[in-house]
Amino acid sequence: MAVKRSLRSRLWRDYPVLLLAVPGMLVLLAFQYYPLWGNVIAFQDYQPYLGTSKSLWSGFQNFSVIFNGDPQFLNAVENTLILTAIQTVIVFPAPIVVALVLHSLLSNKLRQFVQTIIYLPHFMSWVIVVAIFQQMLGGTGMINNWLRGHGYSPMHIIGNVEAFRALLTSQVLWKDTGWATILFLAVLSQIDRALYEASAVDGAGRWRQTWHVTLPGLKPIIILLLILKLGDSLTVGFEQIILQQQAVGIDASDVLDTYVYNNGILGGNWGVAAAVGLVKSVVALALVLSANKIAHRLGEEGVYRG
Amino acid sequence: MKTNPPRTMVGGMPMPGLLERVLKAVFLTVICAVVVFPFIGVISTSLAPPAEVTKAGGFVLFPTKGIDLTAYRSILSGGTVTQALLVSGFITAVGTTIAVLLTCTLGWALSRRGTVGNRALLLIVLISLLFNPGMIPSYLVVQQFGLLNSLWAVIVPVSVSAFNVIVVRSFFVGLPAEIIDAARIDGASEWKLFRHIGLPLSKAVIAVIGLFYGVGYWNSFFNAMLYLNDSSKWPLQLVLRTYVVNGVELGGQDLGLGSEAVPPQTSIQMAILMISIVPVLCVYPFIQRHFAKGVLTGAVKG
Repeated sequence: MAVKRSLRSRLWRDYPVLLLAVPGMLVLLAFQYYPLWGNVIAFQDYQPYLGTSKSLWSGFQNFSVIFNGDPQFLNAVENTLILTAIQTVIVFPAPIVVALVLHSLLSNKLRQFVQTIIYLPHFMSWVIVVAIFQQMLGGTGMINNWLRGHGYSPMHIIGNVEAFRALLTSQVLWKDTGWATILFLAVLSQIDRALYEASAVDGAGRWRQTWHVTLPGLKPIIILLLILKLGDSLTVGFEQIILQQQAVGIDASDVLDTYVYNNGILGGNWGVAAAVGLVKSVVALALVLSANKIAHRLGEEGVYRG
Repeated sequence: MKTNPPRTMVGGMPMPGLLERVLKAVFLTVICAVVVFPFIGVISTSLAPPAEVTKAGGFVLFPTKGIDLTAYRSILSGGTVTQALLVSGFITAVGTTIAVLLTCTLGWALSRRGTVGNRALLLIVLISLLFNPGMIPSYLVVQQFGLLNSLWAVIVPVSVSAFNVIVVRSFFVGLPAEIIDAARIDGASEWKLFRHIGLPLSKAVIAVIGLFYGVGYWNSFFNAMLYLNDSSKWPLQLVLRTYVVNGVELGGQDLGLGSEAVPPQTSIQMAILMISIVPVLCVYPFIQRHFAKGVLTGAVKG
């Protein structure tokens, strides 16, 4: 590019490309960026019939629920954090284990067959997953019918407060473990075969190879996904929980997102719900940014550079 | 001296021992069974004759007394479920078309590096991946645009997924520049380049994002619940929630049966469940083989 062109001539040259970008950009701006403005109602005494421009400002009053520790809010925070912790410890490593087993298979056909099956539940909606679980584990579900038919007493699983977290976890495992292997498998397939040969020549057995070749190869993607997960630590299974909240009660099941939904959209407490939503988004963003920094300090790639 | 790897190795890894092979076989069989088992139960119950379903107390794993389509006939004979099926079909067909079109045009424009504002536009797309606008503000925007209680509220807001845009873009960026340059020298316009070079060479990735959008629209539940008050506009997922998850009974009137005998609720429920699963099952096998190619170009690089 020897000749530096003026902006106008470049615009004239490039307008067909820019035109192609317009419709998609408009949707993004309207439904991703423009709503950010709506967060002002967190600082307002928002009245739906007045709208954001005419509602009165109320400063930080809406945030007082958070600062004064409204018990219902604290309950939602507690449930959210516990569920996130469970999912990080149980749900996160599961696909890594499955991917390692699949990767070690010698037959490509067998591997593809298993993959085809285990990806499938990912494409079922939460409504379907919850319905299926009810049919399996519910009071008149298959397992209880079998138990009754064979003279055992039925198990009370659906709607049971104590079993609720286990129920949520097993639903997530069923739905997405298979799908989550896809990324790990892709990374595993890129590990240089020569590394395995070299380590075998050095006398490493299968386990030592897994430990010294396979796992280090997976490390960057594991760290990346953990960072992204950290950003989501205040978001757990919204649709999944909303669907089952009626059956199990709000104390056991309320998380931050359901709190926002129940208080704002159902309860008409718009300002408070928006305040909680805003704090949640800001905390999530801060968590991702700082986790990314830490990853860089530790010499990892992280999500992005900069 | 060159050492040959021991003969017991395959692809650089030693042959697994017998114990290991047995353990893996058991592990994988269990996983596949856990996935497949519920589906078999749902299919069987929806197809089993009413008498057998009643006798089994609800759920049938293997129908032994033949197949009976009463449940399907009753939900498809007009009424609530038929209506929801039409709504879901509309949302999915129209939504997927719009979404694929918007995503591909935006992805194509972003793939043309060196044009005015290219980096700025890319940055806008990337940054939107970092945050979620939040439920309440999104609701207010939909309300403000006058989309409440309109099917467009379920279609438009999710029609451009930044992630899919990045996937498509990185695929377009990888196309050989020579073809594009040659076409341009021959006088092809930007739209022609996109239409006759970009799209045909990227069928696999477009099929995959098409499946993602399609499944997303077919499965739309929460946005529909949030934005559609009128139950005649409900898609299948909301009908499923009401009549299967919450267990509200469907009477002859809801089913459009009039005074005919209503099949057992479990049969009806499983038939509704099947109807919402089958379309996904039909498309899935054709696109599944493209997953790795399509998804990973974007996910790993982007």
